[in-house]
Parts: sequence; C-alpha cells; structure tokens
Amino acid sequence: MTSQTMRRRFAATTNDLLDTDPRVALTLADIGVGSFNGRNHPDRIINVGIREQLLIGATAGLALAGLRPIAHTYAPFLIERPFEQIKLDLSHQDLGAVLVSIGGSFDAAAEGRTHQAPGDVALMATLPDWTIHVPGHPDEVEAMLRRAATSDDRVYMRLAADTNTSPHPATGELAKIRTGTARGATAVAVGPMLDRVLAATEHLDINVLYAATVRPFDAATLREIAQAPEVILVEPYLEGTSAAEVSHALEDRPHRLLSIGVPNTEHRRYGTRRHHAAAHGLDVGGLRTRIEEFLR
Amino acid sequence: MALTTAPPAVHEYEELGRLMSLMTGDEKHSAAATSTLDVIWALYDQVLRIDPTRLDDPARDRFLLSKGHGPMAYYAVLAAKGFIDLDTLTSFATYESPLGHHPDSNLVPGVEIASGSLGHGLPIAVGLAIGLRARGNPARVYVLLGDGELDEGSNHEAIAVAGRRHLDNLTAIVLDNQSASRGWPGGIQGRFSVEGWAARRVNGRNHEALTQALTTPHDGRPLAVVASTEAGQ
Repeated sequence: MTSQTMRRRFAATTNDLLDTDPRVALTLADIGVGSFNGRNHPDRIINVGIREQLLIGATAGLALAGLRPIAHTYAPFLIERPFEQIKLDLSHQDLGAVLVSIGGSFDAAAEGRTHQAPGDVALMATLPDWTIHVPGHPDEVEAMLRRAATSDDRVYMRLAADTNTSPHPATGELAKIRTGTARGATAVAVGPMLDRVLAATEHLDINVLYAATVRPFDAATLREIAQAPEVILVEPYLEGTSAAEVSHALEDRPHRLLSIGVPNTEHRRYGTRRHHAAAHGLDVGGLRTRIEEFLR
Repeated sequence: MALTTAPPAVHEYEELGRLMSLMTGDEKHSAAATSTLDVIWALYDQVLRIDPTRLDDPARDRFLLSKGHGPMAYYAVLAAKGFIDLDTLTSFATYESPLGHHPDSNLVPGVEIASGSLGHGLPIAVGLAIGLRARGNPARVYVLLGDGELDEGSNHEAIAVAGRRHLDNLTAIVLDNQSASRGWPGGIQGRFSVEGWAARRVNGRNHEALTQALTTPHDGRPLAVVASTEAGQ
C-alpha cells in the first residue's frame, strides 16, 4: 500500500484487515465513516454516531465477544471525552482494543482548542499496560496496525499530519538514526519530530534516537547510547510526557534533561499546525535555538 | 416453564436473606441490594442459559450487572447457584476477598463485567450483543440498571443505537425504585420504546411475572423490562 498520509494508510490497512480477518471490527463516531467499506462489513463496522462514551463502551463489548476492535476518531473525542470508559471498560476489565486517533496536538489548529489534544499521550500514559505508538511515517502505521490486529493487547496509535521522509522499522525499540561521539549529547525524537530534530542538529556532535513507540519505553537502548550527561527529549505533544521514563532509565548516572514539546498553556490561536509549531518552538529554528542553548 | 440450563440451586430463594446477611459493612447499599434480589434470582433461576461448571462456554448467556452498587444480592444468588463458595461471602470487602462493594469480573467467577461507576453496563452490553451477532453466536445479553443510573447520558447513547441496530439478542432490565432525582416524565418505558425497543413494566418482586416478561418474544427489537419495586427499596 502506498497511501502517503497516515490517515489514508490507516484506512486502507483497516479495510484490508476487515476483508481478510473476520475477528477485526471497527467502531466509529461519525468521523471517517466514508473511508471504510461499510457495505462490505455492516456487522463489523459499527458507526455509533456522535456518541463517544458508547464508542468505547461498545468497543469493550466487542472485545468481550471475542472480536478485535479498532476504535477511531479525533484524539480529543477518542481519549479525553470517554477517558473513564478507557480506564474502566478496557483497562480495568483487561480487555484488548486498538484506539487510533487523528488530530493530535494542533493538527486541527484551525478548529480551535476543542479539537486540539496535546495531552492525549500523557493521559493514556497514566494507565498501565498500554502500548502507545507515535508513528512518524505511513509505512510505520501499517506495520504497527497489522501487528496490533493479531494480538489482544491494548494499543493506542496516534496518527499525525506531519510525516518524516523515511520510515523506520516498527520494532518498538529506539532506532539509532545518527551516531555522535561518546562525548556527544543524545536526542530522542518522537514520531514526526524526527526530521526536524535531524535538521536542527546536523551541525552538532549528537546521537539521535527515534521513538515511534513510547510505551513501553526502550530504556535499554537509551542507556546504551547516552554516555554523555546531556539528554534531549523532543515530543510532538505535551512537554515532558516521557521525561520520567528518561529519568528512570538514567537514574543511576548523572544526567541533564531538556524536554521539548507543547507547553502546558492555553494557546488561543487558530491558523495552521505550522503556526503552532513555530509558536511553541517546535519548528527547525526553534529546536536549534533551544538545543544550542542547552548544550552551550 | 424454566428456560435456564443452570444446575439446580445449591440454596433456594428462601435462603437468600440469610446469605446476604453474611456480608456486612456496606449497609448504606442494603436497599440497593434488596431491590435487585428478585430480578437477579428470576434471571438465574428461570431465564439464563448458563452453567457454573462451564464459565468460558462461548454460547453462555451473559448477565451484566450495570447497577453495581449493593452487590450483596448478586453474590448471594451466585453462591446459591454454585458459582462461588458460600464461605467466600463472609469475607465480603476484606483485603483478601474477591467480593467487594462493587463486583469485579477479574476476581469473581461468573461475573461478566466490573461495575460500580454507573452508566457503563448498557454501552458494553450493546457492543457485546453486536459482537455476538457478528460471530453468529446465539447467546443472549441481559443487563440490569437502576432507574437512578439511567440519569447517566451514556445509557441514552446506547439505547438509541441498540434500537437502530435491532438488537433482539439484548434485554435491559431497569429496576425502578423511584430513585432518579428528577424522575422520568413520560415513563421509563417511553424512553426505550421511542428508540425502537419493545418495553414492558412488571412487578419486580413477582418471579412469575418477571420470567414471563423476560421470555416473551420480542422479534427484531431489543427488550426493556421495567421492574417496579417499592420506593427506595
């Protein structure tokens, strides 16, 4: 499949899974309905309408029936609005499901705060035993989704509008993208932040690691690579979401951590995602400035 | 006519009061427990196709106690029907006990969901009914709610979709002890029937009437049975 946005690749892959695996079901809340083959699978594509509590509750019920449900809508309506259903109906009942969001952080900038969810991953990270994927390329989306469809795990996939130029194997481990010297700092770029981190640090002696899966967090690779004390975490969502994971990985050695992400403020602006990235210092220039100051 | 396939009771209905009295410490929910007793007994004694020796049977009927408050009646019926040991009842709500003030499917054999936070059971039941149908599984889904619990908006999301999808493998029993703070103008039945459900009201203490209401065919529609009990009981 060659669909070159994460959302289109998700739809194409899900349609294929629905065609080939009778265990797979899809729950929707009106968002994205036209992207799926509802006529082919009226029993396993369930559009509940604009009812997000039911979206997750019914997803849990499908899992109880032995199906492998995928639930999909915008991040604020998938994660924040029905969070108690995620916590109780799925997590507490130990039921598996794949939650797939679009519109994280400020991908839907023009829609305003109601459609922005920079805190989704931080919220999901309060729940144990979720695998959280933050893919940076459509190929990674397909690989992650196909693997998730064969398991009974609880998986959250956060799709983004921005993509990196090249995909990386979706192993769940930190990928070693660029190697610096032993004295070089280590940057961990999460999902679609990778290309910007590479551009912002191309002139620096720095190790660049890529995280497309942030829960569980690959502490072993970070410990292997981060020999110098300076560590930089660059996330496309709420600043510091994985800071505790980094600190825990390095708790027995002196280190300094710079967390870059979306600050925890009300940013009452519309515009485009690029406007918001620039405002928060998440464009190439902003990243370069903050990283250079940190390493100075 | 008994429709259940469950083995004969280990203890009969007349003993349920004594079994419930073995569980102490949640007296604030005694009325809630008492209100559900006859509905749960009628289900387990006359309606559900379940077997405590085959808890994982895919074709078993599913009973979901959405109204998770005051589960003493539920536990007593499960003990009476051989799903849990009688000795377990006396450990109620202790640190070592699987029986808490709200039931947990991870801990109690035969319990299908973990409930306590209100408004979760019916949405899960809708998904379960859709899923069983999609898999060609003839099992039926029964969910018990309270009329106060019906205040939760999540229930009305589920009621609408269950009706539109014609889930005739789903039955919701609403225990009406007039505990909804604002009441239900037009009646609880109307809330369901306007969305395409078959809806009936019965005496929630009358086992024969409950059984008849729960077993009368409702082809092509989900069924709501409003079970009346005394106010506050």
